[in-house]
Amino acid sequence: MKAVSVEEAVAMIPDGASVMVGGFMGVGTPERLLDEVVRQKKGNLTVICNDAATPGKGVGKLFDATLVSRLTATHIGLNPKAQQQMLTNRVAIDLIPQGTFAERIRAGGCGLGGVLTPTGVGTLVAEGKRQIEVDGKPYLLETALRAQFALVHAFLADYLGNLAYALTSRNFNPVMAMAADTVIVTAEHIVPVGVIAPDHVMTPAPLVDYIITNSNG
Amino acid sequence: MDAQEIIARRVAQELRAGNLVNLGIGIPTLVANYVSPDLKVFFQSENGLIGTGPIPEQGMEHPLLTDAGGRPISALPGACTFDSAMSFGLIRGGHVDVTVLGGLQVDAHGLLANWMIPGKMVPGMGGAMDLVSGAKRVIVAMQHAAKGKSKIVKKCSLPLTSARPVDLVVTDLAVIGFPDGRGTLLETAPGVSVGEVMAVTEAELVVPDKVSEMKL
Repeated sequence: MKAVSVEEAVAMIPDGASVMVGGFMGVGTPERLLDEVVRQKKGNLTVICNDAATPGKGVGKLFDATLVSRLTATHIGLNPKAQQQMLTNRVAIDLIPQGTFAERIRAGGCGLGGVLTPTGVGTLVAEGKRQIEVDGKPYLLETALRAQFALVHAFLADYLGNLAYALTSRNFNPVMAMAADTVIVTAEHIVPVGVIAPDHVMTPAPLVDYIITNSNG
Repeated sequence: MDAQEIIARRVAQELRAGNLVNLGIGIPTLVANYVSPDLKVFFQSENGLIGTGPIPEQGMEHPLLTDAGGRPISALPGACTFDSAMSFGLIRGGHVDVTVLGGLQVDAHGLLANWMIPGKMVPGMGGAMDLVSGAKRVIVAMQHAAKGKSKIVKKCSLPLTSARPVDLVVTDLAVIGFPDGRGTLLETAPGVSVGEVMAVTEAELVVPDKVSEMKL
C-alpha cells in the first residue's frame, strides 16, 4: 500500500477506464475521488456502481459532468440525468438485479467464472443467458465482473491498508476491493496499525494499493 | 382510515415474532408503523442492516446510516451491519421470512410485475427480483386499482419480476391468496362487499362461500 494525494491517484486512471465505485445511493462512496475525477475530466468511463445516486451526489457527479459512457447498475430511478442520458443513448446502461450485481463482483474477486442464481429466471433478465438446471431447479449463469480500478470508501484505514467500514456505508466496498486490478481508498480516519483489531478488519491490507492522504497539502 | 393505512395495518398482522422481514419502498415501508414493539420482528434494510429503527429526530441523522432509499434511519439496540453480498445471501438464501413489496400488476396466478413500464419508467429492479425469488413468503402491498384500472389482472402485460408467484396480495379493498395457484378472495376491507371487489377486479378470482372482513 502506498499513500498518495487524490490528484496523483486520479491521474493514474486513463480515459475509458473501467471503474467500480463503492456506495449505495452515495452512502459509502469516495466523494473526494469522484470530485477529482470530475476536475481532471476523466471521460468515456465504464462505471460499475449499485445505482446512479442523485445529481450532485456520489456517481451522480459523473453523470452531471457527462463522463460516463457505460454503467452497470441495479437502479437509476433517483437520478433523472442518468435516465435522460440512457434514453438519449448517451450512456449504455445495463440494469441487473442487486443480488446478482453483488455476486458477479464477488465472483470476479474470488477467482470464479460466475455464479448460478435463481434470480431472473423467467424474466427479461434471462435473455441471452445460459440457464442451467441443478437438481431439477433452474438457475441463470451470471458471469464474473471485474474492473481496472475500484474506488472504495472506508471508515478506518490503518497505515498498512487494513480497512473497516461503518454502518450502512460498507455495502459493495468490500467485494469491489477484491475485484479490481488497482484499489484506491479514501477513509474518514487513517489510524496507526493496531487500532483496528484483527477481528474487526473487513478488508485485509494486501488488497489495497493506494490510500488517499487526509492532509490538504 | 385512508387506503394506505388499511393496507399497512392488514399486512402488519402477517408478521410473527422472530421473523426477519424486508420492507420495500412506499406503502410497504409504512407496515413497520403498525407492528407492536413487543413483537420482536427483525427488519432488514438490504443496503446492509438488520435492526432498522425509526427515522431519527432532526439533527440526529448519521450520514453513514440510511435505508435502501438513501434516507436517514436509526438502528435499534442489537442491530447488525454487513456487506451487500451477505445482505443478498440472506435474501436469496431463504433466510428472510417475509418480504413486503409494492406492485404494478399481479395476475390471477400470483405472478408479479413491479419494476418497469417499457418506454416510460425504467428505474431498474434494485433488489426486487432477488427478494421475490428468495424470500420464504412474498406479500404484495398495493392499491387495488390505479387510475381506475385494476392492478389485479388476468395476465401481466408488464415485464415480470420473477417466475415465482407471490403468496399474498393486500390492497385497500381485499386480501387475495393463491391456494393451488389460483387467485382467491380471502377477505374484504371493512364496509366493502364481495361484489364491489369483483366489480373492480380484472382477474377472475375464486370466491369461497364465506369471505371474512379484515379486522383492523
